[in-house]
Amino acid sequence: MSQSLRPYLQCVRSSVTAALCLSNFASQTSERHNVPEIEAQTSPEVLLTPLVIARNENEKVLIEPSVNSVRISIKIKQADEIENILVHKFTRFLTQRAEAFFILRRKPVKGYDISFLITNFHTEEMLKHKLVDFIIQFMEEVDKEISEMKLFVSLRGLSLQMPKIGLY
Amino acid sequence: MASPEVHHLFHRPIADHSFSADRQTLAVAKDTTVELYGKVGNAFKLKDELKGHDKTVTSVDIAPESGRIVTCSQDRNALVWEPSPTGYKPTLVLLRIARAATFVRWSPSETKFAVGSGDRVIAICYFEEENDWWVSKHLKKPIRSTITTVNWHPNSVLLAAGSTDAHARVFSSFIKGIDARPEPSVWGERLPFNTVCGEYLNNSAGWVHSVAFSPSGNALAFAAHDSSITIVYPSGPEQPPQAVVSVSTQLLPFMSMIWNGEDEIIAAGYDCEAFRFQGGLSGWQLTGTLEAKGRPGLGDAREESALNMFKQMDLKGKVKDDTQLKTVHQNTITTLRVYEGRNGSVSKFSSESHP
Repeated sequence: MSQSLRPYLQCVRSSVTAALCLSNFASQTSERHNVPEIEAQTSPEVLLTPLVIARNENEKVLIEPSVNSVRISIKIKQADEIENILVHKFTRFLTQRAEAFFILRRKPVKGYDISFLITNFHTEEMLKHKLVDFIIQFMEEVDKEISEMKLFVSLRGLSLQMPKIGLY
Repeated sequence: MASPEVHHLFHRPIADHSFSADRQTLAVAKDTTVELYGKVGNAFKLKDELKGHDKTVTSVDIAPESGRIVTCSQDRNALVWEPSPTGYKPTLVLLRIARAATFVRWSPSETKFAVGSGDRVIAICYFEEENDWWVSKHLKKPIRSTITTVNWHPNSVLLAAGSTDAHARVFSSFIKGIDARPEPSVWGERLPFNTVCGEYLNNSAGWVHSVAFSPSGNALAFAAHDSSITIVYPSGPEQPPQAVVSVSTQLLPFMSMIWNGEDEIIAAGYDCEAFRFQGGLSGWQLTGTLEAKGRPGLGDAREESALNMFKQMDLKGKVKDDTQLKTVHQNTITTLRVYEGRNGSVSKFSSESHP
């Protein structure tokens, strides 16, 4: 882990831990409903101020807490066009399997690559500290994954080019 | 402090629990039902199930004297369960609310109970003899959001309520014919229904999760979402309070608290363990946790051998197993209740959490 990644992840970890203090909260606006308030946005008093943690302009996390749900959106580092495509494909792969991930949101928040929606039902059924660990681990792994894939792509391009230029 | 008794009941979140006066029966809210557990030897065995709600049950309370159980749920209803030889008989309460009922508590006199709701009202319910049903009167006035918690004053007339509009309020719930005229107190002398005796807000205006009157009823504590607890000492009607002491902590917010005498508060919440606060009129402070760390059977149980380390890495992809927290509870503590106590002092208390 690089030196600047550690404090960034530490900051995300403590912010997510604080944001994940959720309780069961039935809707105030519609009868017999219980919806994530951060998605419904119907009662302003149960929403908290959203928080952006940025490592640089291409890498940031948006945390939007509310009384019974938290939306965590991640912008993954994209230095060039190849990474752009790779991130797009990768997140698409994940979001298409969103139900297997429980906390993954099907559509990312605008301006971000991938979003998680954690409700009080998730924190009640799963261990809260492990949920936080999962988010942090995901952030750690995704960079590694993308740069690995990029390496593969350029390696493959290189190996295709080699015979043409007459090396060997 | 003695080590806690741990009873693992089931693998579902527990919204609320309540013990009967003889501590032989435990009522636990589980999804849409309330389960009654009876004490058999040292364990709690499932005895009965109260089915009547069709949405999540949010709160349950057993009246210590009469043994009546009141439950409320997000399906907007409250039920009073009357014990009878053939089992518990439910009676629907005329709540007249259009949103979820969130919290219910019997008054110390057991003639009324208060139901907090998402409809921005508190329903004070009492039994009407001539019609033979439970009816309610609404406390409505300055409430602007969902009521999260209520707590009764020992005189059964004053009621404290906390809500998501960040206010803790003290109301009078005096009902003619049901209540005796209350003695004048620091909260006021004449107390017609829906008198607001106090309205308090803390500095950062977090949602109020818990309110509690001190055993004498002369002080009010409330815990808010900004991880603080605030203790208010009123001086008299229409006057600013004598002292408002706010203790902010570095911990996660508290969900529930109980007073232990006039100078101690036990609070617990998202940190999965109970903390002790001590103080008085001049100031309060956090004095520490109630739990002894490093209980046997956790952590160092297995010796750290190289073989073991590589085995862990192979099986789980990591060296240390950090799934277990060091606390007894592994998730948020939602309710604290006095289990054993006398004259306002607590010798044992019960707590519960998600699995």
